[in-house]
Amino acid sequence: MSDNYDAIVIGAGHNGLVCAAMLGRAGKKVLVVEANDQVGGAAITREFTEGYSVSSCAHLLYQLQPAVKKELGLKLDLASENMSTVALSADGQHLRINSDQVVGVNEEDAAGYKAFHKRMTRFADLLNTFFNKIPPRLAKDASKADMLTLVQLGFDIRRLGRTEMQELLRLIGMNIRDEVVERFASPALRGAISLDAVLGTHLGPRSPNTVLTYLYRLAGAKGQISQPVGGMGAVSELLAKSAQQYGAVIRTGMPVKSIVIDGGRVCGVETNSGETFSAPLVVSNADPKSTIMCLVGVKNVETGFTRRVHHIRSNGNAAKLHLALDKLPKIDGIEDHEFGHRFVIAPDEVYVERAFNHAKYGETSVKPVLEISFPSVADKSMAPPGKHVMSAIVQYAPCKLRGGWTDSAKNVFLQSVMGTLSKFMPNIESCVIGTELLTSADFEKQLHMTGGHWHHGELALDQFLFTRPVGGAQQYAMPVDGLYLCGAGAHPGGGISGAAGRNAARAILKAEKSV
Amino acid sequence: MKTYDAIVVGAGHNGLTNAAYLAKSGLNVVCIEKNDYIGGATVSRNLYKDWFYSNCSYVVSLLRPEIYRDLELARHGLQVTPYGGGTVFMENGDYLGSYPDPEVHWREYARFSRADADAYERYSADTMRQCRFIREFLLRTPPDPASFKPRDLRELAYLGAKFFDMGEQRMYDTIRFWTMSVAEYLDEYFETDVIKCALSGSGIIGTALGIHSPGTAYVLLHHYMGEVDGNIGAWGFARGGTGAVAEALAKSFQSYGGELRTEAGVEQILVKNGKVQGVALSTGEEINAKVVVSNMDVKNTFLRCMDKNDLTEDFYNRVKNFKIRGSSGKVNIALGGMPTFPALPKDSPLLDGDMHFIDSMERMERAYDEWKEGTWSKDPYIDMTIPTVSDPTMAPPGKHFVSCFVQYCPAQIEGRDWTEEERQQFGETVINQISEYSPDFKSLIEHVEIRTPAVIEDEIGITEGNIFHGELTMDQLMFNRPIPGYAQYRGPVGGLYMCGSSTHPGGGIMAAPGCNAAREILFDLRRPDITPVNFGDD
Repeated sequence: MSDNYDAIVIGAGHNGLVCAAMLGRAGKKVLVVEANDQVGGAAITREFTEGYSVSSCAHLLYQLQPAVKKELGLKLDLASENMSTVALSADGQHLRINSDQVVGVNEEDAAGYKAFHKRMTRFADLLNTFFNKIPPRLAKDASKADMLTLVQLGFDIRRLGRTEMQELLRLIGMNIRDEVVERFASPALRGAISLDAVLGTHLGPRSPNTVLTYLYRLAGAKGQISQPVGGMGAVSELLAKSAQQYGAVIRTGMPVKSIVIDGGRVCGVETNSGETFSAPLVVSNADPKSTIMCLVGVKNVETGFTRRVHHIRSNGNAAKLHLALDKLPKIDGIEDHEFGHRFVIAPDEVYVERAFNHAKYGETSVKPVLEISFPSVADKSMAPPGKHVMSAIVQYAPCKLRGGWTDSAKNVFLQSVMGTLSKFMPNIESCVIGTELLTSADFEKQLHMTGGHWHHGELALDQFLFTRPVGGAQQYAMPVDGLYLCGAGAHPGGGISGAAGRNAARAILKAEKSV
Repeated sequence: MKTYDAIVVGAGHNGLTNAAYLAKSGLNVVCIEKNDYIGGATVSRNLYKDWFYSNCSYVVSLLRPEIYRDLELARHGLQVTPYGGGTVFMENGDYLGSYPDPEVHWREYARFSRADADAYERYSADTMRQCRFIREFLLRTPPDPASFKPRDLRELAYLGAKFFDMGEQRMYDTIRFWTMSVAEYLDEYFETDVIKCALSGSGIIGTALGIHSPGTAYVLLHHYMGEVDGNIGAWGFARGGTGAVAEALAKSFQSYGGELRTEAGVEQILVKNGKVQGVALSTGEEINAKVVVSNMDVKNTFLRCMDKNDLTEDFYNRVKNFKIRGSSGKVNIALGGMPTFPALPKDSPLLDGDMHFIDSMERMERAYDEWKEGTWSKDPYIDMTIPTVSDPTMAPPGKHFVSCFVQYCPAQIEGRDWTEEERQQFGETVINQISEYSPDFKSLIEHVEIRTPAVIEDEIGITEGNIFHGELTMDQLMFNRPIPGYAQYRGPVGGLYMCGSSTHPGGGIMAAPGCNAAREILFDLRRPDITPVNFGDD
């Protein structure tokens, strides 16, 4: 063993870094080992064409938890804040949505959206208080703290008042499609909300559970969207700096081969290059499947547990399209100064559902849905002067594509995406200097996330709260002494929020205190 | 103008059950029915020569044994016999059988995969555990989680205690089971596509969801929690057709002094000063009672039969948004002889069971995609039974009655009404699919009845012909069914009750909603509770 640490964090994703910083702050000597040459995991900025950079996986900031920002004293530079969403329409009648305002729909829909947004953010705020807590165990012998959390959950739901409580209990398992069809006449508004509910999931708007995913998106910042200066990588670098300030050592380019276990206890990690580091505490930022099946090894865990881990669903469907642009494309009805907004292509809820249909059979969407931003508009550092970058999340492109992700399969999907784009941006092809399409299969390979899934595991009611990552392991501790999970696969889930990392650190410190 | 203690609107099996309990308690009860026959969707009708068609519901399992015994249905002529298994006919000429005998069942699954044959036992045990949990609550009124009434708090505590009794890991399993899709649930046990396909059907029957939609694992449970003669999960035929269930319930009701009136459709439920007064029939006649119980689905009850002014706007909108979706149809066929199925061995016991002609998960899901686009599935999921194999009373000697439950079939085609031509095409779709596995099937056909959701709605009255009177999704189950705050069988005006399948625990020939509603009515009338308590499974 070459070095001794108090704790080793596997993976310098944003949650790993938050956890390392929090542990460092509590006086621990922490080592962070990262497989890639760059810190950040799915929160990175990379040059994809000479001179053009982009946030290559996550690209917009929704829910970085205020508690994380406050406790680590993070001062994040934002290139744009409170971005509007423009729901693109082929006929130029775009909708502009910001917080509870929507422009471009009739009065009834505008008022309806306001009420809808108010209710949804209220529910999301309630959920968010639990995103910052360690989920309780459900057991007769659960600790007092667990019982207290449960009672508080019940109390908070009751405090909503009779009608709102009933609505929450009704909506939580429902699908977004029924809710938007009941409420809104505008197809574009229905489409935009449906898209928000299904981004990053293996669900369509008709799938029950999509109200939950919509609420998840609103949690943290009430759905406000921002873009950091320097892209998502800047967030990770800031977190890395914070961790280092608290004494953490970060080693990149160092993939971990296995977690070393002796007598049912972790004692360190071994890297691919054969180096070993010892520590009585190992925290994995990797997804639960990789952590248990690959790093820990099934022989070291009880079989019933590995069975549950094996069944975690993580079918990634979100691809990223990056375009280096000679100039901004033309969008009918959009002025140049508006390009700093977030654009969505989801004309109505049926369109989104049809796009999803393909994913069920391992096919890519013929008419995909897109969430688009032009980060270079607000942040000049992303592209050469006068030039631009487009960053888009494109769905659905399943990780396990039928027939595999061959070059031609990728090309077929790229053509579908470009075809869809050109309906809204007729001259887009002529603006493109460089193209990069990353599928969930690419993310799986590059970022070591099983299924290339943002959330390290589908964000669904059966993999949520008490049963995330699996029932019995919701309190971040894995069934090997000294091993913890701190990534998106743990409660509450993915998104650049830092909640999982923070909660994991708190669980670790709490466990130590009780010994 | 006649006056009763209570009027039950609709002589479906739940209405009859409810009426029977009210009459048994000593109330003067009339049960009125718009059609000239009773039973609603629990019916067998003589539509062609000497054939009796179970032309809506066709098999029995969910009927609560407590009610069966309590209302003496056996004495009133009801006999339910379990049937012989199930078959999935495969495109490659093979078939997959399922058998009541566990050893035979194991050998059959092992033909496809030994791992799956072994896994079936664990699958059954795990699913049965969920059944035992839910069965506790079928004959109980759901608590209102938003209420502070001692009764609700007590019931909530009971529910919580039962849940915690399962033990930690089982609780997590239960949370997962109630929220996941049937496809994902099956993926955790089985590897063979046709086996998963065979089992997934129960997750979507009567439901406007696909096998991959979250929440469908619960629907599977809804089809597993019944029993025949204490054999949990088994399905059977009522001798004489499912109408025999309604006939027995009617006899029981009448034996307690109840009055049954057919051809008495309700035009309006009369309300004065926030209390029901009785009902006005479509003939213009008025019947008075302080208690009116509706066996109709909630949309029919509140949107069609009540004055909007008697309801709050919020309640009205919630009823409007209650989801009752037409997702299935029926094709009922009279055959001149027993059809042959070359894939099956001679005299296979599987002929006395349910038959399916769709053999992959992908085909199942694609059938749903077509429904989403507003048309019937061209490659549908058919649940076909030939009850005359074991019950010769339903057709002339040597001849047969075939019941085909067909999914998916929308209430409207792309947002407009069905044309007659399309209805015929729907029937052909079904017959063609069966004929691919039974070459002489077509030549034996003597008569066909094709029922789309619209046809069922027109005749029986159920909105969109939905077999459950409302989708069995999480937002419409337990205390959310039919509407949050109204899950305890009471309507929004005094003296008005709901006893149909729109209420907890939902549809199927279960009789639990009718019985539970009776308990609440007797409670409000301060009469002793005579409804049965759960037998328990031990």
